Amino acid sequence: MKTDRKLFLLRICVLAAALLFIGIGLLRQEQMEVFKKAVKICLECIGIG
Amino acid sequence: MSGMHRDRIRIQRIAQAASAALCNGYVLGFQKGRIYTGKSKAVCVPVLNCYSCPGALGACPVGSLQTALGGIERKFPFYALGLLMLFGIMLGRLACGMLCPFGLAQDLLHKIPVPKFTVPKKADRPARRVKYVILLAAVLLLPAFAVTKTGVRPPYFCKYICPAGTLTGGIPHLLANPALRQAAGSLFGWKLAVLLLILAASTVIHRPFCRYLCPLGAFYSAFNRFSFYQMRIDREKCIGCQKCEASCPMAVEVTKDINSPECIRCGKCKSVCPAQAISSGFRTGKK
Repeated sequence: MKTDRKLFLLRICVLAAALLFIGIGLLRQEQMEVFKKAVKICLECIGIG
Repeated sequence: MSGMHRDRIRIQRIAQAASAALCNGYVLGFQKGRIYTGKSKAVCVPVLNCYSCPGALGACPVGSLQTALGGIERKFPFYALGLLMLFGIMLGRLACGMLCPFGLAQDLLHKIPVPKFTVPKKADRPARRVKYVILLAAVLLLPAFAVTKTGVRPPYFCKYICPAGTLTGGIPHLLANPALRQAAGSLFGWKLAVLLLILAASTVIHRPFCRYLCPLGAFYSAFNRFSFYQMRIDREKCIGCQKCEASCPMAVEVTKDINSPECIRCGKCKSVCPAQAISSGFRTGKK
């Protein structure tokens, strides 16, 4: 019972931290950096260099 | 093969194929050798899927993490890390077993009827730690700190290791674009060799990349024991036949550690269990 409660709390805390991180990232416009990188062919990623 | 086992494989293949199609659904890209530039590219997908694949509709989380760490402003990667944590806490390694396109490629290659190889435990256990080293070194530390002669911090994992990038990005682009074919040099040769080695190994070992090398699997494995999606074994129903352990493609000791960090939640153990002692699903743990 105690373990279940601890697990529940741990899950909620990690979920909250994940959502907080995403929120901070969105406020800092980090999604635009991801976008800028993702809409150009990354020559390093495909092995051209 | 039992009906339940066949159904499980069918469900897994449908999920994997749907995920591969959703992640790489821009068919025009393959025809024209271009990549998709729509707004969905700002969102990371939960699997290893190169954003330079001509069909990619989303961003690769591992690539995005390296880009943020190696960027000019060197920001803490809140967005990419938050998304990875969200996928991890919800699914654990379910994304590896059910959604990853490169996992699907390895699964299909393992179907080729050649003699299979069981890696001895003495070699298998330390080799599984390599993926954590890759996560720490090639995805986090080197892109953040190792500056090249030209003053940039490249995405080291993508550049030197990622076989998914070569398979779904490099090869289609080189086939479609003569200028890129001209530009391909020793780096492409190296990446092609890595890819071919992994694909060849996949025919004899089940999911060698997921077991030993994948940094995304290494990240998600940290969440496997407490993610919302959990595997569960009913000790009262278990008859100790060990069929689950014999069938596990990731060689997990199912009866001892069903939510092991190595479990990719493919559900094979569940489908072969004659006592139906294994279940899986989303659990909050709240009592």
